[in-house]
Amino acid sequence: MSAVIESHDHEHHHGPAKGITRWLYTTNHKDIGTLYLWFSFTMFLIGGAMAMVIRAELFQPGMQIVEPEFYNQMLTLHGLIMVFGAVMPAFVGLANWLVPMMVGAPDMALPRMNNLSFWILPIAFTVLLSSLFMEGGAPNFGWTFYAPLSTTYAPPSVTFFIFSVHIMGASSIMGSINVIVTIMNMRAPGMTLMKMPLFVWSWLITAYLLIAVMPVLAGAVTMMLMDIHFGTSFFNAAGGGDPVLFQHIFWFFGHPEVYIMILPAFGITSHIIETFSRKQLFGHTSMVWAMTSIAILSFVVWAHHMFTVGMPLAAELFFMWATMLIAVPTGVKVFNWVATMFKGSISYETPMLFSIAFVVLFTIGGFSGLMLAITPADFQYHDTYFVVAHFHYVLVPGSIFAIMAAVYFWIPKWTGNMYDERLGKLHFWLSFIGVNVTFFPQHWIGLAGMPRRVPDYALQFADWNMVSTVGAFLFGASQILFLFIVIKTVMGGKKATPEVWEGARGLEWTVESPPPYHTFTTPPKVSQ
Amino acid sequence: MFKKATTSFNCKVSSLLITLFSSQTFAAWDDVNMTEGVTAISKGVFELHMLIFWICVVIGVIVFGVMFYSMFAYTKKKNPNPSTFHENTKVELAWTIVPFLILVFMAIPASNTLTTIYDDSEGDINIQVVGYQWKWQYKYLEDEIDFFSNLTTDLDEIYNKTPKGEHYLEEVDEVVVIPTGKKIRFLITANDVIHSWWMPDFAIKQDAIPGFINTAWTIVDKPGTYRGKCTELCGKNHAFMPIVVKVVPQDEYDAWVRNKKEEAFKMAELTEKNWTAEELTQRGEGVYQKNCVACHRVNGQGLTGIFPALAGSDIVLNNKAKHIEILMEGVQGAAMQSFSNQLSEVDMASVITYTRQAWGNAQDGDGQIVVPKDIVEYKEPKA
Amino acid sequence: MNEGGKKTIRLLCFAVLGMFTFSWALVPLYNVFCDITGLNGKVTQSTNAESSITAEGREIGLQFISHNNAGMPWAFKPSKKVSKIKTGTLYETTFYAKNTTNKMMTARAVNSVAPSNAKNYIKKIECFCFAEGIELMPGEEILLPIKMVVDNELPKNIKNIVLSYTIFDSNTEHSITMDHDSDHEMESSI
Repeated sequence: MSAVIESHDHEHHHGPAKGITRWLYTTNHKDIGTLYLWFSFTMFLIGGAMAMVIRAELFQPGMQIVEPEFYNQMLTLHGLIMVFGAVMPAFVGLANWLVPMMVGAPDMALPRMNNLSFWILPIAFTVLLSSLFMEGGAPNFGWTFYAPLSTTYAPPSVTFFIFSVHIMGASSIMGSINVIVTIMNMRAPGMTLMKMPLFVWSWLITAYLLIAVMPVLAGAVTMMLMDIHFGTSFFNAAGGGDPVLFQHIFWFFGHPEVYIMILPAFGITSHIIETFSRKQLFGHTSMVWAMTSIAILSFVVWAHHMFTVGMPLAAELFFMWATMLIAVPTGVKVFNWVATMFKGSISYETPMLFSIAFVVLFTIGGFSGLMLAITPADFQYHDTYFVVAHFHYVLVPGSIFAIMAAVYFWIPKWTGNMYDERLGKLHFWLSFIGVNVTFFPQHWIGLAGMPRRVPDYALQFADWNMVSTVGAFLFGASQILFLFIVIKTVMGGKKATPEVWEGARGLEWTVESPPPYHTFTTPPKVSQ
Repeated sequence: MFKKATTSFNCKVSSLLITLFSSQTFAAWDDVNMTEGVTAISKGVFELHMLIFWICVVIGVIVFGVMFYSMFAYTKKKNPNPSTFHENTKVELAWTIVPFLILVFMAIPASNTLTTIYDDSEGDINIQVVGYQWKWQYKYLEDEIDFFSNLTTDLDEIYNKTPKGEHYLEEVDEVVVIPTGKKIRFLITANDVIHSWWMPDFAIKQDAIPGFINTAWTIVDKPGTYRGKCTELCGKNHAFMPIVVKVVPQDEYDAWVRNKKEEAFKMAELTEKNWTAEELTQRGEGVYQKNCVACHRVNGQGLTGIFPALAGSDIVLNNKAKHIEILMEGVQGAAMQSFSNQLSEVDMASVITYTRQAWGNAQDGDGQIVVPKDIVEYKEPKA
Repeated sequence: MNEGGKKTIRLLCFAVLGMFTFSWALVPLYNVFCDITGLNGKVTQSTNAESSITAEGREIGLQFISHNNAGMPWAFKPSKKVSKIKTGTLYETTFYAKNTTNKMMTARAVNSVAPSNAKNYIKKIECFCFAEGIELMPGEEILLPIKMVVDNELPKNIKNIVLSYTIFDSNTEHSITMDHDSDHEMESSI
């Protein structure tokens, strides 16, 4: 994607290889970033197709399209693919493209490990998706795979599921090591930690979270494997174990995981709001502290996913208070973004539209999160569509909108071509309407009593389920438009300047658009 | 004392909010909001929910208000020269401390309500609730009543062949009956995987975990029929195992208890009766629909590679002894459980007889039927 | 790469291994935490139960409930479902179990207590739920003993304790849907 066709000036002799081997063997952070992003987009469309199956079945009460067994496979794979195949790889792809350029480094610290980190992902997901064709079907126990449904009562494909999770974990861990070493050891002279842009900060923190919790997930799935195949009883009461232990170990990973999926989005949002408000981000230091506090707090709130499991009162109170506390640093971030816009000089290009929508809609997701934190109320919300609405708000108009904003914002840099602004805005509005029509009514049906992970429901939930499905199809179709826009931009468009956006700050905006295959082979001078 | 003061404060604030935005005004919000329920706890939870909700609305209006104002007043056109301020420690402290205080304000009533819910010290009536794939079992400890509660919505309604009834997916064959005004304690566990017992009208939700009990309690003053759901993914029929609780005055409850005990006597008599093949087959079909259809299907075809077909099966056709053994003991290492604790001798004999007769099995096999006395005999001491 | 970079890599690798080890440590830690705080509602064998047998205290209700997990075919029920006992005194009772099948079977019982904060005050001297496995021949029946004392320190608001016992088949495969020998047996006989 970088200087292949357009390379007028420097670095001919350092150009990339030709053909498919370029992509198989590349150790170039720009190429690897591209690979991650295209992989993520593919997985997004596959996971999205599964969502369409789910919403189609929920269009009306009754079973019309699929059987309950297959439905459970769809909801399980949808979750796994979106979390591990779409959101996380997208952020890694953005890290690959941007972190070296933003810190003035020539590449990532471990370029060959970088290649490996990427290429094991298509392998992992081929294994996972192939389970659809195995006897007994794909995993059907939800992306949270609680024991004993996922151990004693699981289909044979659970072993392949465990194998693919191990591979995905290895990919994330290797990627995180790369990010941390790059940031800590390869910054250009003069770039102190506090001079680093916020996207880099967000990824530094995210990488530490990944190092801390992906091994715990690996432990959990290994224990599962041992329970299933080697006669142990970690989670089996019959052998002296405890199914609730699984939930503690899983959520010890699971909660930091959701912050892993949002912190880079915070970083992206700070860059874009600053640029299009033409005003320096308000409270840079405060924003760093807020992200750090969120990351640290994320380790002590895991059991808020388990309020109905029968924990003692003292534990429930502790987790309620700790969870409520996370609202404070998160709120600080929202206030800082708003303060950046206040008395700025704002224009509404597509990245800014997505980022503004991110701030509003992520905050709405944050409000439902605060409601969920209140334990006695959670007894009425837990495992209903209210939770589904909450996490889709923080993940779709949250993480995904931030990723789309990032693509629109940086694609002129990556390709040298401006995207079509009218089409971009159309994609935004269709997505914005789609996402709200899909997920806002889900708050209502959850409150009214509809459980989650069901292929069918009682009649009083019918109307809003129908509306939600219509919204889902609108949102899904809009992503085809997005695909078209991205391909169109890669292939050509109005030429982009190095700066691209008036008011853009950062080292990446000082190099050509598209940048040379190798940037900053000599470190830049960092002032300001 | 602290607790009383804050409870009273909480009550005043909530009452104010409830009066301002009374539930009459929002009665039409039944389909979009949590139920107030019929217990003191459920009403307390509803008030807490509304309190937090309105606080979030107010904060949202303020924050988004500033944002939307900026979006209109500070466009590039209207404000071509942006301000340059980019930090202010006092402001940062302010918008850290004020939200923290708001959270403390929320945490007090929340903690009080939770503490009240956690009082599981005793109950006037204790009911053991066991979640199965895919139904609930209820055992009344004091009155020694024991029954299963299965979904009664017809498969034809589910598969869109007939119109759906009013209580589609929310109706069961045996409802849980409890009296008004008594403290009912539920002792919740599970038989296989994790399920969860949720009664929105009582604001009770506790996971049903195999091997362990979780407790919940309620006191309901308002008679009525209340419906709940399983709220933990438990396999393919997770959506098809609802809960129905009927709250009745004490004398009606007492009559129901007497009735249930009589039913148990009658069942014992039925075991002694001489049944015909037709009677057994007819009864057995009902038992099959309730207990076997999930895996072995209405047509007895099962699911290839996972649940064996009963139509044309060798054991069903020719091996009555093995057939009884499988139902009485389950199949080790497979999903087929023992049903000896779930089915009475009469129902056990009927369902075995039904499968030996249905789908052409009577013609293809030895056609041997099983009578309740066969099951009683099977349970006698061996060797 | 410079020395700093290599050092960072080494530290991070240790961190990864450390966190992996930590996840395994959670298994015993979980039990330790439950034991110390008295959470989780499982009563374990008491070493100092005798010290709780002091003066006769107040009367409380005791209820025993049972469940056969996953249709475990044994007959299994408490000999006495409901009792009134005095705290501070030794209480003995039994559970009746019978292997109603024609195969030798081993069972394991798991106990649970409600209310869960009563757990610390229930001292069990002997309980069949501590045994790794209860083996019964076909048709064999047995009375399984429980010897316990409820400490006088039991909080005053607890007037009734429910002790639950779930019996599991120890020989069950740890997965019931895997393609094991038993599945082949099933296919050929049906």
